[in-house]
Amino acid sequence: MNITEKILANASGKNRVSPDDVVFANVDKVMVHDVSGPGVIAVFEKLKKSGMKIEKLYNPEKVWVAEDHFVPAADKISAQNVVLLTQFVKDYGIRKHFKYGMGQYGICHTLSHEEAMVLPGEVYVGGDSHTNTTGALGAFAAGLGHTDVAYVLLNGKIWFKVPETLYFKLNGKMPDYVMAKDFILRIIGDIGTDGAAYKTMQFGGGGISEMSIEERLTLTNMTTEAGAKSGIIETDQKIRDYLAQRGATNYKEVRGDQDAQYAKVYEYEASELEPIVAKPFSPENVTVARDLSSTTLDKAYIGSCTGAKLDDLRAAAKILKGRTVKIRTEVLPAAISIFRKAMDEGLVKIFMDAGAMVGPPTCGACCGAHMGVLAKDEVCISTTNRNFPGRMGHVDSKTYLASPLVAAASAVTGKITDPRDLK
Amino acid sequence: MEPFTKIRSIATPLDKVNVDTDQIVPKQFLKLIQKTGFGQYLFYDWRYERDGKPRMDFVLNDPKYKGSKILLTRNNFGCGSSREHAAWAILDFGFRVVISTSFADIFYNNCFKNGILPITVGENSLQKLFESKSEIEVDLEKQTIKSSDTIVSFHIEPHWKRILLEGLDDIAVTLKYDEAISKYENSHKISDPKSF
Repeated sequence: MNITEKILANASGKNRVSPDDVVFANVDKVMVHDVSGPGVIAVFEKLKKSGMKIEKLYNPEKVWVAEDHFVPAADKISAQNVVLLTQFVKDYGIRKHFKYGMGQYGICHTLSHEEAMVLPGEVYVGGDSHTNTTGALGAFAAGLGHTDVAYVLLNGKIWFKVPETLYFKLNGKMPDYVMAKDFILRIIGDIGTDGAAYKTMQFGGGGISEMSIEERLTLTNMTTEAGAKSGIIETDQKIRDYLAQRGATNYKEVRGDQDAQYAKVYEYEASELEPIVAKPFSPENVTVARDLSSTTLDKAYIGSCTGAKLDDLRAAAKILKGRTVKIRTEVLPAAISIFRKAMDEGLVKIFMDAGAMVGPPTCGACCGAHMGVLAKDEVCISTTNRNFPGRMGHVDSKTYLASPLVAAASAVTGKITDPRDLK
Repeated sequence: MEPFTKIRSIATPLDKVNVDTDQIVPKQFLKLIQKTGFGQYLFYDWRYERDGKPRMDFVLNDPKYKGSKILLTRNNFGCGSSREHAAWAILDFGFRVVISTSFADIFYNNCFKNGILPITVGENSLQKLFESKSEIEVDLEKQTIKSSDTIVSFHIEPHWKRILLEGLDDIAVTLKYDEAISKYENSHKISDPKSF
């Protein structure tokens, strides 16, 4: 069995599972945020109205709550949702609630690794499609709808059809100025936005071993954009060290067998990768950054669970150091802990010296919620994960997806720029 | 939920691939916490001009399809964000059936939880349905789609078929049988499952 099959077998008490088997799996961790939380509350209310008694959750210790999409409260309704979510946390005795303005908080998928909320070998579900992200720690991580999350909260288990696994092998070390974002955009360009529909995307090979944890998280994060059920990377010493630094040492790693089967294996040479950009209006609409050098921009956005981790900010700062931005540039670290490290390392100063705005952690404009949304006909280069019509604001705005290096280089020139071409 | 019987209706042809949930319900409506009333926001940016007037070139505003209960669409429908509001909006607008060549996974599951039947058919069958000008009939019991000139049969998991036919609430049903499921699972257990 491969790692995904083994985790699902363990979680459902089976000796062996194969793709397409349906398992009833124990869930180790459940996450809701300020969009899916109120959705789950609505489902609870409906069940109560139909006569069901809901007094407690299956195990509140396994549940954690993030405030990220519409915070700091974007308007009156968002503020009310946070109040609602806080009452839910209180009513059901949930202890891990990352509230904004009270120390650590941030985007749920960033907290999941920054706070070691999810551990290797676990089954983790969340009320958000990018829940796949945390699979980079060696866990089975998948997003669910509100009704399914409500069910897991009450029952502690959920049905899964065991997905087939596509294995992406990266050979060699990434060249300078090329990041994980370029690799995953290239993959999505190759297989399409439904290329991994109901499949697991697993990453491995020497190029992945070389990669930092945060870079690996960019890969699993965007498996969602290829339609994948989950993304996963086997646990190695780098992960163990990363988790140990966050106080987590007690977990049971799962590894694929020597004879693990994969539905398909894709092989990439790191040395052949280049800075890539996904054009509007689909993450599969990719081309090399150099092809777009005449595209003028109104704004650069360095934010989100995909593109505002510490390594992303370091990459952007490498470019922006000693330079000035030519277009509106917004940097929103993905969690307070990352914001603090960026401050301690002097990155925040670099951004501000360059003229960029540094803002609080939030999903913000990535999902067009608030804080820097786009006007009609505005064009943005963004380190985020989706560029559907209207995703970041007005339906007639345009978003180009790129790595933090490309976004920062483009901020300096005002046009889409390959960082290797920056003078 | 309302039991799913035969559905006979003109089908609304939404001739687009990769329709994502941001298009089905734009982000500004995600803050609303009730489960009903989302129909007015369905495909909002496609349905309305910037000044709020209906766009008459958009298929949902075509009087021909008024009252339609069946939505025809192309590959990978419902991709993107996991927002269940997308399923709520489709149901609230009046659709009970969505037919495509493929659906995104989370959206597909969300449909059943809300009494919507998502049907996957082959490319040729879908094309015939798109070209059909008359009413079509979806028979869940027999698992067939009938138009004036074609009959297509489709697959559905027996569990979902029963939930829809009887109009059951999936959570209530599964919790009811949870004890039996756990007993069965435990009796087939070989290694120790992790405790929750």
